Amino acid sequence: MSDQGRVWKFGDDVNTDLIISGKHLDNYDPAHLASHAMEGANKDFASGVRRGDIIIAGANFGCGSSREQAVMALKHGGVEAVIARSFARIFYRNAVNLGLTVAVSPSAADVFQDGDSVVLDLPGHRLVSSTDNRLADLEPVPAHVKMILDEGGLVPFIKKRLKERGVAVGTELVTRVR
Amino acid sequence: MTGRTASEKILGRASRCPDARAGAVVEASPDLVMSHENTFLVGKSFSSFGLAYPWDPSRIVIVLDHRTPANTATTASVHARIRALVREYGIEKFFDAGEGICHQILVEERLVRPGQLVLGTDSHTTTAGAVGAFATGIGATEMAGVWATGSLWLRVPKTIQIELSGRLPPGSYSKDVALDLTRRLGPSGADYRCLEFTGDATRSMTVSSRMVLTNMAMEAGAKAGMVEPDMVTTDWYKGHEANLDVVLSDGDANYEDRLKVDISGLPPMVSGPHKVEDAKGVDKVEGIRIDQAFIGTCTNGRLEDLIAAARILKGRKVHPGCRLIVAPASRKVLIEAIGKEAAQTIITAGGTILPPGCGPCLGSHEGVLGAGEVCISSSNRNFRGRMGSDEAEIYLASPATVAASAVEGKITDPRRLLV
Repeated sequence: MSDQGRVWKFGDDVNTDLIISGKHLDNYDPAHLASHAMEGANKDFASGVRRGDIIIAGANFGCGSSREQAVMALKHGGVEAVIARSFARIFYRNAVNLGLTVAVSPSAADVFQDGDSVVLDLPGHRLVSSTDNRLADLEPVPAHVKMILDEGGLVPFIKKRLKERGVAVGTELVTRVR
Repeated sequence: MTGRTASEKILGRASRCPDARAGAVVEASPDLVMSHENTFLVGKSFSSFGLAYPWDPSRIVIVLDHRTPANTATTASVHARIRALVREYGIEKFFDAGEGICHQILVEERLVRPGQLVLGTDSHTTTAGAVGAFATGIGATEMAGVWATGSLWLRVPKTIQIELSGRLPPGSYSKDVALDLTRRLGPSGADYRCLEFTGDATRSMTVSSRMVLTNMAMEAGAKAGMVEPDMVTTDWYKGHEANLDVVLSDGDANYEDRLKVDISGLPPMVSGPHKVEDAKGVDKVEGIRIDQAFIGTCTNGRLEDLIAAARILKGRKVHPGCRLIVAPASRKVLIEAIGKEAAQTIITAGGTILPPGCGPCLGSHEGVLGAGEVCISSSNRNFRGRMGSDEAEIYLASPATVAASAVEGKITDPRRLLV
């Protein structure tokens, strides 16, 4: 269980330009990026976000550019997790690769409001209110994604695999679905 | 057992799982990987692995295009670091500032070929699907992982077939088709899917026009956009590549959906502001005053686009209340536009030609919008704040519609100036 965090609510189709605008991308310093996080969607976010806070959004969160700085800006700003009805694929991969928790929840955006205090219960696949009995279910993270998240991101994941030379990296991830 | 889609075949081959079907997660090895200024981040993550060289420098393409020539001292040092890395790792497929936009370079230089798996650290990597490759975007750290291991996990996507039929009327272009499709599909209508374009109208399009469709497939969330390879595709490689490994979907392939669109009556379309899917016929927005008109980008900065614009600008002037900015997609496009006098026409009409590159599309330089300003652009995204101020508005349209609007100083149906 995580510590208690506050909810920042956003709607559908929050694009990467809203998360971190292209005009701030010439500087890769995470602190610089965090100081402009979500600027296009909520001007109070960057100055108000605290470590452990949770973003709850609608469908297609992170659509648009492949810019990894969108994840860097949120993570460095202190965001604990992004819970959305669905994610744009590149943002989702970037979050996993940089070790930012992302989870799909069909109901979180309906159940929780801006400023609510919540606790993220990842093992229990749920997000629970810390003030009343509201809760939202989270979809389990796919196994191949969980392996990367469990290592803290793609860089530590690959470092570990490189040490185990002789095994082609990632072959254990392969599953076949018919 | 039904047949297989081109995506299933390409990802099956690249992962040595020839039976892979949509939904399978495979470990795939790309044939070609590309990155731009974010090679800086790729290199940073890659260096933490402690490896002397990337897995295969001959498969790596690096293009500086997003902020070229350098817009700030910080960018200049990023460029310098990338040039050093290119030398250190012996990366030969390097295109320095001024050569053009990464997606244009991949196709124009025939670096991408049909049937390949291509990865790029840019969402519009889907563009390369215009020649029948499976091309998709990833982030910089993921690319560092590919540099280290030569592979990554990918879920084999479901495919939606889009069959375009009919003939575009005068004044309408593949951009209008792409905007209309984004309206039909919505911003997440193709999420995690491959869009496969076919039909007689697709087959009658040039490679440049096809690149507009695969480029904008991304705006519906597509993982890849592919045009079924045909004679136009093989002609593109004449004199460049002897053996093409063309991959086609089987006749009985399992498509998730099929969308049939007759483009015969399609009017010029305009999208926006703020949402790409907010596309409508130009008549709905005609007369809206504009401050800037921009022609260029990986979507519509090619020779045929500059020629379409020049056809409208010939003998006319850009409206005094408006500025026209044109950024050719590559050096080759610029040279050809000079040869065909399209460049001369644009400049004479009062347009400004920028160096080849992404230009003002992402709001970092060369035509940034101020508060309250309105721009009509041939690019692919009109997100709030993308080209500068959050208080600016961006409309998307074809190069012809943008040129006509520049002449009138307001959003204008290009058919009025084509007669």
